[in-house]
Amino acid sequence: MTEKTLRKGNEALAEGAIRAGARFFAGYPITPQNEVPEYMSAHMADAGGAFVQAESELAAINMVYGAASTGTRSMTSSSSPGISLKQEGITYLASADLPCLIVNVMRGGPGLGSISGAQGDYFQATRGGGNGDYHVIVLAPNSVEELGNFPKLGFELAEKYRMPCMILADGILGQMMESMSFHFDPIDPNTLGKFDWAVDIHKNGRKKNNVFSYKGDNLIADVVERAKRYGLIEKTEARWEERDAEGCDVLLVAYGLSSRACLEAVNRAKEEGLKVGLFRPITLWPFPSKRLAELASKAKAVLTVEQSLGQLVQDVKLAINGKTPVYLNAYPSGGQPDGHTILTAVRSILNGGKEGLFDLQEHAAGFTYACKRDTSLGIQGDLKGGK
Amino acid sequence: MPRIEVDANKCKACYLCVSACPKKCLGKSKTISKKGYFPATMEHPENCIGCAMCYMMCPDIAITVMKD
Amino acid sequence: MTIIAKKPASLTDLPMHYCPGCGHGIVHRLMGEAIDELNIADRVIGVAPVGCAVFADSYFACDMVQGAHGRGPAIATGIKRSKPEAIVFSYQGDGDLASIGMAEIVHAAVRSENITVIFINNAIYGMTGGQMAPTTLVGQVATTAPKGRDPKLQGWPINMCEMLSQITGAKYLERVAVDSPQNVMKAKKAIKKAFENQVKGVGFSMVEVLSQCPTNWYASVPQALEFVRTKMMPQYPLGVFKDEGGK
Repeated sequence: MTEKTLRKGNEALAEGAIRAGARFFAGYPITPQNEVPEYMSAHMADAGGAFVQAESELAAINMVYGAASTGTRSMTSSSSPGISLKQEGITYLASADLPCLIVNVMRGGPGLGSISGAQGDYFQATRGGGNGDYHVIVLAPNSVEELGNFPKLGFELAEKYRMPCMILADGILGQMMESMSFHFDPIDPNTLGKFDWAVDIHKNGRKKNNVFSYKGDNLIADVVERAKRYGLIEKTEARWEERDAEGCDVLLVAYGLSSRACLEAVNRAKEEGLKVGLFRPITLWPFPSKRLAELASKAKAVLTVEQSLGQLVQDVKLAINGKTPVYLNAYPSGGQPDGHTILTAVRSILNGGKEGLFDLQEHAAGFTYACKRDTSLGIQGDLKGGK
Repeated sequence: MPRIEVDANKCKACYLCVSACPKKCLGKSKTISKKGYFPATMEHPENCIGCAMCYMMCPDIAITVMKD
Repeated sequence: MTIIAKKPASLTDLPMHYCPGCGHGIVHRLMGEAIDELNIADRVIGVAPVGCAVFADSYFACDMVQGAHGRGPAIATGIKRSKPEAIVFSYQGDGDLASIGMAEIVHAAVRSENITVIFINNAIYGMTGGQMAPTTLVGQVATTAPKGRDPKLQGWPINMCEMLSQITGAKYLERVAVDSPQNVMKAKKAIKKAFENQVKGVGFSMVEVLSQCPTNWYASVPQALEFVRTKMMPQYPLGVFKDEGGK
């Protein structure tokens, strides 16, 4: 454990990754993650590794594919639109069973979006994101300290299960400065041992190693084998944090930066005499469904707080399976949660109000959509919503 | 004495070797292979000079050239 | 008994899946011979493409990585930068290298990655069934150019060696063909040099091979060879476009 120092989120992440033994980094500039490749360009060579500024995110993730094939701890980082470009490589990495670290410092979307922090890539991260049946392990830090320490955990999980691991942060977390410390000594990758599957120089006439995406003979068996691995991960690797979660009336569920605003709400609620707890998933895939369901069964209601348009809430609802009412307090596309608004939503739940609660149907009421084109497809003139 | 061997299980009967042979030694076999082709075969072994041009053009690496 | 010529040791025994008369097998063999002669088999890591050569990983006896369409040079970059002592090649077709992977090949050359690229130009998409490639000749019929490539609609064929020769980081560029024993011998020399350059640390080396595709050209094997000579070679002249190996 190092002494506490003041670090910027993105730089803590980059330094944490080098300390965790990352020896290959490829990336492409995009805000708000630029400090990661900048830090890597300055420090990776000194650590004995390689930094490449790639011609595109596509090239960067494929460079990681190549480096990961050799068993090197390899990583890339980007932000939302760039992560969309990387999906081709990520599905290939998953299909070739290659461990690596992918960092998404999320920004507002869709499309070009904004450069402020957001959580709109939850579905993309937790549902695979690319084509085919696969998952990546998704870690969601909520502090600069976790940003700095999660690369080690990420590499270890990725290598244990031979699959990509993603750190899902957001623009604010990447840009903010906090006092933090590293909980581990720098790792010399030469001490980590070699993988028997990796491509490498081989002098002893060992059997040739192939890193395949498409193995050609039995795709179904491969996918089923991977599914069994995923099952084991869901069973054993779910991680979460609880605050006053046992015996609360309203259980807040939030990850990443949103969970920090929830903490403020939990503390303010206590002052008001309200029993509000927090459940923070640390792994978004595997989602800590079991523990969440246990806690929710004892609460009156669950309130999901997210910087997206109702993405996390779907996993929360799946976990709780209708046994406890689930509400949403949403801040999509760059909106920022605050303790005051969250607490307003909590009061609404307890008092049967609507303020602070996000309901798409409710929002749609009174909404007017001007459709200028007269068509014969049933959409005519102005669509007027509302009662 | 130079000679060649054609692996009938690899030959796909493109006959690039037949046209490459400067001494016109090679021809088409009259028996069908397991793959369903009429593989290339040595018709005039006495003319073979071991130049390996057949080997050079064979896309299936079905030809071995040797000298006794 | 003395063996004059036989399958190189750095290729596996597996029968290849390519169509009869296809040039891929000849090029695989030339690469195998080069690897054997340079005595680098235990250092070679290859990148197989998406396209007809997607199963190339099972034909080369060295360690192989199978990558996404067009990304070979990026994958090879990742391998080479992680294992600088390895000899890394990327094997690519024309749709792969000159269309979807254009950015990757250009920037691998810009960075002068010390890798060997073998580029098979047969002016057509083979695996997918004969669609127009970036290298398809003007007037050449393809399944997505049923009346022949019309420059007004589809532009002109792209000459990769000429284009890459403008890039400082490209150190060795040669175009060869495998239509005759004489040209196969020249191709062998070029491929060997492209590997040798990497051993010497020269930088980005690429050999473009004009290769026959009888199946998707709707041609007999002799007609396909004739097409290479009379149609492809005028558009894609053979020769050395850059050779800074000694400098």
